[in-house]
Amino acid sequence: MEGYVVSNAVVVAVVVGGVFAAWAVRRSRFWSESFRELARRRPLALAAIAVYVLLGLADAVSWVGDAEGLEGVAAHQPRTLLDRAFPADFKERSYSAPLADVEFYGAAPLARPGAHWLGTDILGRDVLLLTLKGARVALLIGGLTSLIVIPLALLFGMSAGYFGGRVDDAVFFVISTLASIPHLLLLIALILVLGRGPVQVCIAMGITNWVGFARVVRGETFKLRELDYVQAARALGASEWRIVLRHILPNLMHLVVITFVLLFSGTVLSEAILAFLGIGIDGSWGQMIDQARDELARDPIIAWNLASASAALFGLILSVNLVGDAIRDILDPRTLRENL
Amino acid sequence: MPGKPARSEPQASEARRPVLEVRDLVTTFPADGGRAAVVDGVSLQIAAGEVLALVGESGCGKSVTALSILRLVPRPGRVASGSIRLAGRDVLSLGVAEMRAVRGALGAMIFQEPMTSLNPVQTVGEQVVEAIRLHERTSADAARRRTVELFERVGIPDADARFDTYPHQLSGGLKQRVMIAMALSMRPKLLIADEPTTALDVTIQAQILELLREVRDRFATAILLITHDLGVVNELADRIAVMYAGRVAEEGTREEVLAAPRHPYTQGLLASIPSRARPGEPLAEIRGVVPSAGEWPKGCRFATRCSRVLDRCHDVPPEAIALSDTQRAWCHVVAREEGRA
Repeated sequence: MEGYVVSNAVVVAVVVGGVFAAWAVRRSRFWSESFRELARRRPLALAAIAVYVLLGLADAVSWVGDAEGLEGVAAHQPRTLLDRAFPADFKERSYSAPLADVEFYGAAPLARPGAHWLGTDILGRDVLLLTLKGARVALLIGGLTSLIVIPLALLFGMSAGYFGGRVDDAVFFVISTLASIPHLLLLIALILVLGRGPVQVCIAMGITNWVGFARVVRGETFKLRELDYVQAARALGASEWRIVLRHILPNLMHLVVITFVLLFSGTVLSEAILAFLGIGIDGSWGQMIDQARDELARDPIIAWNLASASAALFGLILSVNLVGDAIRDILDPRTLRENL
Repeated sequence: MPGKPARSEPQASEARRPVLEVRDLVTTFPADGGRAAVVDGVSLQIAAGEVLALVGESGCGKSVTALSILRLVPRPGRVASGSIRLAGRDVLSLGVAEMRAVRGALGAMIFQEPMTSLNPVQTVGEQVVEAIRLHERTSADAARRRTVELFERVGIPDADARFDTYPHQLSGGLKQRVMIAMALSMRPKLLIADEPTTALDVTIQAQILELLREVRDRFATAILLITHDLGVVNELADRIAVMYAGRVAEEGTREEVLAAPRHPYTQGLLASIPSRARPGEPLAEIRGVVPSAGEWPKGCRFATRCSRVLDRCHDVPPEAIALSDTQRAWCHVVAREEGRA
């Protein structure tokens, strides 16, 4: 019961954060012009991402009630906005091919003939609905993991790069240690320890992924630290933390944006591998693909399940990567000047 | 409020004392096996409203001297000994927070490269406002007004509109003016200008020098001008200290040093200015290169390149020879000429 309240609160937070981010982008000439350039270069990919985000939000807002056609416990479960776009009892007993009128095996008549555009899975659930619901899980994996990785990497990378000496040694020791443990092994171990919930999996992926970006931040901070304007700020009496926050961090933001995008697609993909190992997040496209493995061996073959999950995954990763590449081009310091 | 600097209202007793007094400054950097003194026993004085030019080749320690004054020597370098008094404060004994309060407020610095001395992702106005608010609690509005005023004072046209521009939208000369505005924001008693015109066009150079002269005259700011450009020195300096290999070789007023240099190094330096050469004749040069720190000769440091070197130059470091009230040279040859050897 409490889970859906939290989820609703997260939606509110995301919407408020999104509005604030949009306001911040509009306010800064640099970011608003960068965004305009991005919209000019990759309108389709941006639109696709917007659709995924809207789907994810629609599947995160939920409330109890209006459960016409449902009985027992199911009638008192919260249902999301996305669920409510479909009939409450949008189920069959087993497989149905896309737009079929009868069941795939046995040809028994369907409850809703011709209504399942992408067919149903082994439990009779509508594949279109499952695929659309997967957007929320994918966004959660990508977004939450990036939100864990980026602050961690910035904190450790900037302190190591800026303060150097012992701090650098300590941070680099942690980085090297983490980097020397096989990635997947560490991930599995963490998930076993933390548990298999979506948030826990994201934390595990965050812990295994911050190292790479921390290295980049450390190197970049190392470079920025020696720049004249950092020296000048020091000569004007600025404190170390002030320099880090006002002069180093803002000059790392282009890296943060690029990394966020790359991490996002990277973690969504690696969740698919976790699902394959049986430790993925429930309801993810990875899990749908994993469950569909056996179906490929059936005769006649059942492909719609796998195909729609893969297509949805592919669409999201492709758009995110296209946008990411465009952002990298736009924010590249060497082309920065011309774009402004 | 600890460490909060008083605004500049020169008191009668303090006006007499030099703004900056550096005595026997030694700044070391690690070299193979030990520490090498990059600055080795430098003493300087600058009074209010006076411009002291610190002249020398690259690597002679003039920039490190300047950084030592504000305790900005990059690690692992450090000031090993000596004393520095800036506006009555013993700089070397101040705590970290007190030192921060001194930087920018009592002693400010402008750098060689205006291109890279400003943060590219902040507007120039914000950066000057930040410099003000580091030392003073003022409202954003008041700080902005003061910044625009400063911009006007340092000759930035259209100051109000320039407040919101980013560094890359300004020319090098304007950026250097912004840097000067930033350095002047707290009316420091000492302004350290490290090669302030080297990266600028000749016409802009003249304007910036004119601006520095105005600053000195209007605010009675003491200026430590660090340069290797003797043209700049001639324009701006009241007194000159010539540095060679971590030590002062000769010092005196501008007229004394430029017109009647005594130290062979100063003479060589002046002779090698291209405009003094006659057409068709080869340019004069000082043969050899400055030995690097740690490999300095134990006697006179210029002995390896000096054309008038004496036997004792190789073994005994020269003492200061006073040539007038203001001019001194550290040289055995000068000592012999003066009959004091």
